[in-house]
Amino acid sequence: MADPRVNIIDKRLKNIRRIIAVSSGKGGVGKSMVATTLALSLVKRGCKVGLFDLDFTSPSTHIILGAEGVQPCEEKGLIPPVVHGLEYMSLVYYSGNHAAPLRGADTSNALIELLAVTLWSDLDYLVIDMPPGIGDAVLDLIRFVKRIEFLVVTTSSQLAFETVKKLGGLLQELGVPVLGVVENMKMTESTNLQQQTEALGLKFLAGIPYDPKVEAAIGDAENLLKTEVARKVKAIAQTV
Amino acid sequence: MHEWALAEAVIATATKIAEQEGLKQVTEVTVKIGEMQDVERGIFRFALTQLKPENFRNTKFLLTKSKASFKCRICGNTWLFKKTKLDKETAEAIHFVPEVAHTYIKCPKCGSPDFEILEGRGVWLESIKGAK
Ligand SMILES: Nc1ncnc2c1ncn2[C@@H]1O[C@H](COP(=O)(O)OP(=O)(O)O)[C@@H](O)[C@H]1O
Ligand SMILES: [Mg+2]
Ligand SMILES: [Zn+2]
Repeated sequence: MADPRVNIIDKRLKNIRRIIAVSSGKGGVGKSMVATTLALSLVKRGCKVGLFDLDFTSPSTHIILGAEGVQPCEEKGLIPPVVHGLEYMSLVYYSGNHAAPLRGADTSNALIELLAVTLWSDLDYLVIDMPPGIGDAVLDLIRFVKRIEFLVVTTSSQLAFETVKKLGGLLQELGVPVLGVVENMKMTESTNLQQQTEALGLKFLAGIPYDPKVEAAIGDAENLLKTEVARKVKAIAQTV
Repeated sequence: MHEWALAEAVIATATKIAEQEGLKQVTEVTVKIGEMQDVERGIFRFALTQLKPENFRNTKFLLTKSKASFKCRICGNTWLFKKTKLDKETAEAIHFVPEVAHTYIKCPKCGSPDFEILEGRGVWLESIKGAK
């Protein structure tokens, strides 16, 4: 007759002010890095923040955060543990360090399950780290989270930007708010993608330089916040 | 204990359907519980009775059980889920998110994790009866 879970999602997200999905048509452009740094920067600004890793098959945010030995608390639902000041949820609590070979329908089911049973507190922001592409996660968020807003990440490569154009275009067509586009791992001062972004009617949020110090800061939230990436992302955090 | 969250979902959904069907009183709600999720029935039933709204005053909650079965996409083998074969931690992970079965369970015939969950996954609202 009916899947009961879908009717409780609104209630679970009711007390969250803003829900931001960090997304891209491509993988490897820095979605997880930007999502994690954005969430941490919002915490530093004094906001109440959640971070939800929806990249079930290739989760990364737990590694960037250095989240180890934490687990949700089971009460009348699942209460996410607090990691570096943010409420943190990921499938890795259940899949561990193993592969999670999930097909589309499974991804969707796991996403609905976690949305239905996770009890976030009253948050200012829930930042969602997305898998690459325009797949189940994007479609499900649009379907179940009416207030979803997207922040789209690209690199300076036209290859990445072309996929971002498609994602941005679809979101615009569906009337889903796009906060803007971030050009990550910039190696030059070129404003080419900024111009292309603005020509699409999308806001260009920031260019983040390629910062070789990022690698050493993986797993170390305090040091991550000292990188050039964090400096730029903090500026984005001021504007959202 | 996270049974409460699922019970809340059942009540929200049954309430919505009762409204759509114009049922003033809901007399019976049948919920199918998949073996994989292995919801603790006592807690689940208790949560349902605690959470029910006024027009569910006399509602009978029927909890049926559905066996979990899998079909391998590689070799076509079908088999039944056996919780007793899993260690406690794995069973608990599957209890929270049944899809992680693909992480821990393999086709007993060919070893593939690429199988379909035919039935018995989780909580499903099966039917609702009432008076207009
Ligand atoms: N601005 C940057 N400078 C240097 N390295 C970066 C930067 N942004 C991301 N990275 C690195 O690039 C790789 C891909 O980033 P990641 O966030 O995992 O991408 P995605 O989530 O889009 O797949 C990671 O190794 C990450 O540490
Ligand atoms: Mg990622
Ligand atoms: Zn097989």
